[in-house]
Amino acid sequence: MRYRFAVRVGPYGFRVGSDWRAPVAALEHLYADYPKPRDGVANFTVRLEATRSWRRFVRPSVNIGGDWFLAEAAPLPLAHGLLAAEMGMNLQLALGGRRHLLLHASSVERDGRALLMTGESGAGKSTLSVLLAAAGWRFMGDEFALIDLDTGEVRAFPRPVSLKNAGVAAAEQAWPTATFGPWLRGTPKGDIRHMVPPSDDLARMDEPARPALLLFPRFGSPDEVRKVPRSEAFVRLTQASTNYTALGWRGFESLVRLVKAVPALAVDYPDGASGVAAVERLWSAL
Amino acid sequence: MYRAEPLSSLLIEPLDELTAVYHRASGITHLLGQPAPELLHALQEPATADDLLARLGREFDLADAHRDALLARLDELVTAGLVRTA
Repeated sequence: MRYRFAVRVGPYGFRVGSDWRAPVAALEHLYADYPKPRDGVANFTVRLEATRSWRRFVRPSVNIGGDWFLAEAAPLPLAHGLLAAEMGMNLQLALGGRRHLLLHASSVERDGRALLMTGESGAGKSTLSVLLAAAGWRFMGDEFALIDLDTGEVRAFPRPVSLKNAGVAAAEQAWPTATFGPWLRGTPKGDIRHMVPPSDDLARMDEPARPALLLFPRFGSPDEVRKVPRSEAFVRLTQASTNYTALGWRGFESLVRLVKAVPALAVDYPDGASGVAAVERLWSAL
Repeated sequence: MYRAEPLSSLLIEPLDELTAVYHRASGITHLLGQPAPELLHALQEPATADDLLARLGREFDLADAHRDALLARLDELVTAGLVRTA
């Protein structure tokens, strides 16, 4: 392809090919502090292709291609090319990743122990992970938590944080010095801006952490904490995993080990500061 | 006669009041309440419903081991593919 980009995030290497320069330039900006794939070999390929050859120039429209793709995915305008690249990378890992149990969850670490936060879009798991990172936690990822099938440890996957709508202002306030990507306005997911994780945390991306606490946060409700039974946590995590079924019995064993090893709590919180306070309180009570 | 899938093809993990069961042959995960896990163990040797009722009554001292309830649970396990009829 005309323009190329390669990066390693945690254990996985990606290469992105694009018909246009702009998405690759945006990736180079966001991923400036990231390593390149080990030995130059990428695990996954993403292709950003013109829907028709002439659509490279006229109302350019980006199709997301790769080893794995969703047939019903609609192409995005070139202005959202960075989002297309990020979605493409997520998709390749979500559908193709077999070395870890993939949980749609954010994770942060303190003292070698990981806090996992999972929930539906809008639950605030990305924003909460950024606010916790600003409070001294190590940011491990806001999109996927990778559970090592052999050790049960959490591997970091610290992609640039995908902040939406009100989460952007909260992150800008918490990290005024952070590097942000361009505003992507009016995307199918709302107004989006990416934030580069702290460079210290990127430098530690290969350090695993032992899971210690599993939270199901929910933004915008009065403070409330509820204990989640193991069986409920198990079911919710099968739904939060993109490759549980594909992994077969290894996925089952990994998930059982996780829900037996860590307490699970549902945490409602009205705003970011309350969320951070709730996490600190629950963490110190472990 | 009823016969459960062999234990070698099942991963059985009690979580709380529910037990997670992974069935290797189908790749399906089941979440079972009592007495389904007990039935899977009891039916490693094929048995009729009457045999099973008598056996469970002895082993587990089941107060509600009524035939209809037992048949309903067995039907569920048959539908789930964890128990076969012969």
